[in-house]
Amino acid sequence: MALGDTLIEVTNVAKHFGEGETRVDALRAVDLTVRAGEVIALLGPSGSGKTTLLNVIGCILAPSAGRVVLDGEPVFDGKWLQRDLRRLRLDKIGFIFQSHNLLPFLTAQENVAVVLDLAGRPADEGRARARELLDYLEVGHRAMVKPALLSGGEAQRVAIARALANRPRIILADEPTAALDGARAGLVMDLMRKLAVEQEACIVTVTHDEKIFDRFDRLIHLRDGHLVSA
Amino acid sequence: MNLALKDIRHGLFRFVLTCFGLGLLMTVVLAMIGIYNGLVSDALAVVKAPAVDVWVVEAGTKGPFAEASSIPADTRDAVARMPGVAEAGAINYQNVEAPHGGQTLRLYVIGYEPGRPGGPLAIAEGRGIGTSHFEMVADRKTGLLPGETIRLGRNRFAVVGLVEGAMNSGGDPAVYVTLADAMALQTELDPAAQRVQAARGAVSVKSASVAAIIARMSPGADVDLLGATVRQWKHLSAMTQADQEEILLASVVDKARRQIGLFLGILLSVSAVVIALIIYTMTMEKLKQIATLKLIGAPDRTIIGLIVQQAMILGASGWGIGLMLILTVKDYFPRRVVLEPFNVMVLAGIIAAVCLLSSALGVRAAMKVDPATALGS
Repeated sequence: MALGDTLIEVTNVAKHFGEGETRVDALRAVDLTVRAGEVIALLGPSGSGKTTLLNVIGCILAPSAGRVVLDGEPVFDGKWLQRDLRRLRLDKIGFIFQSHNLLPFLTAQENVAVVLDLAGRPADEGRARARELLDYLEVGHRAMVKPALLSGGEAQRVAIARALANRPRIILADEPTAALDGARAGLVMDLMRKLAVEQEACIVTVTHDEKIFDRFDRLIHLRDGHLVSA
Repeated sequence: MNLALKDIRHGLFRFVLTCFGLGLLMTVVLAMIGIYNGLVSDALAVVKAPAVDVWVVEAGTKGPFAEASSIPADTRDAVARMPGVAEAGAINYQNVEAPHGGQTLRLYVIGYEPGRPGGPLAIAEGRGIGTSHFEMVADRKTGLLPGETIRLGRNRFAVVGLVEGAMNSGGDPAVYVTLADAMALQTELDPAAQRVQAARGAVSVKSASVAAIIARMSPGADVDLLGATVRQWKHLSAMTQADQEEILLASVVDKARRQIGLFLGILLSVSAVVIALIIYTMTMEKLKQIATLKLIGAPDRTIIGLIVQQAMILGASGWGIGLMLILTVKDYFPRRVVLEPFNVMVLAGIIAAVCLLSSALGVRAAMKVDPATALGS
């Protein structure tokens, strides 16, 4: 597979919590580069720093040191370089959660369209894009259904549609298949990969699900905050 | 996309139930405001009813409402002849309990001289008193109807007309009778007692005293001058209409007014706390959703809008339901419930302010939510 631009560039990133005796080093001098079209997995035992790294890339958590460049734009270098991190997330990053985290008061279609609404796009465009993605993910027939009435697989596909709605180039997923059976987990990963390739995006996934390891281009192991193998 | 409305529609039954609960609380607040206004309005109704400028009462008293006042009935002739007086009338007030239809009616009997100040200003149904004796005009709240009769003291009176809004400060509905009948009602003894008095040789003497003389002034006449003139008689005192209203509010209904006012203050404070609690709880229940919204890039104004709009809709609905309920039931209260548009709008302003302040607590909690909490399970 031909790889495109570098979308994630993490250089010498460290993150610690607390000070003195209570200090915990969650990330230690991590370097990571992810290019367009790549689908990678962050692996490691609990407390190894996977989610911390995901949060750093997602501009949710400020590193203690290091440099982060997203889609060619420096966002952190000892301090945040962007004033509006939420806007940055809205434009560049799509999130997929372990539990789908769909807003319970919106229909499947509205859950997808809300991202475009927040981005200031017209309502018609949001509806059309949501419909297009839901049809693509084969849940178009459930577009007007609230999340409580969706099955686990349907809800996760709606969550994927939401993550892709604004055409982000970086997709971060935290245990996206944890709630799915093996066959459906593979299907979801295949769909994510297909959409990532089409949108020239990259996907960084935190997972423990060995059933889907073969769906990734790279498996990146973390242990005690160190990146031990890539 | 209006997230506040979508969220309300999602949990519509619960939201409506919350609004209804708040509406009931607002009903109580509005009822207390109405009762407070009604108390003041009722107290002033009896003073305002004769529509006069000057009250001549017994010297050293604040009569006839705050204290008992008794002056010679012929004082009316003297007052009527004073400079600047257009017309004057003698008037008497007393509370009477009368049996009627198997019940006991508590009535406020106003005795006046037909053709002179002191009588009912507007007859709502029937006619005014046309004979010297045994006719009455009653307030509609007595439940009496034109054509009915009722026994007061030793005599039976025919109801010839009805008025509205005539009552004393205690809320007892008024009936108008002639001054002569009122004086007789006040002084006549029952037959048995009369026989006892006659047997011991006592001569029945009818007192010719009244509670007050009321006077309307000619245009441009000096009320203060009339007051000074009246006070030259050492047994008389004169008060303006404004003085009389002030006395009623400052002494007769003052404690009740303050009591209701204080209770209203407590009720408003409780309502504010309840509203704040509801809005804060509503926000706390949505923290995970707020974290998700933050994570996917929702700006602060979207999250603030979600909380504030719901708070304002809740407050407006509670206020609307409360207003609707009190307007529906206010006529069933034993005493008048008077709601002025000004009071209703002030309450709306207070609720809006409370909702805004309460939503500020929720907004503060929402702003503290870390978007990372949306990740993981």
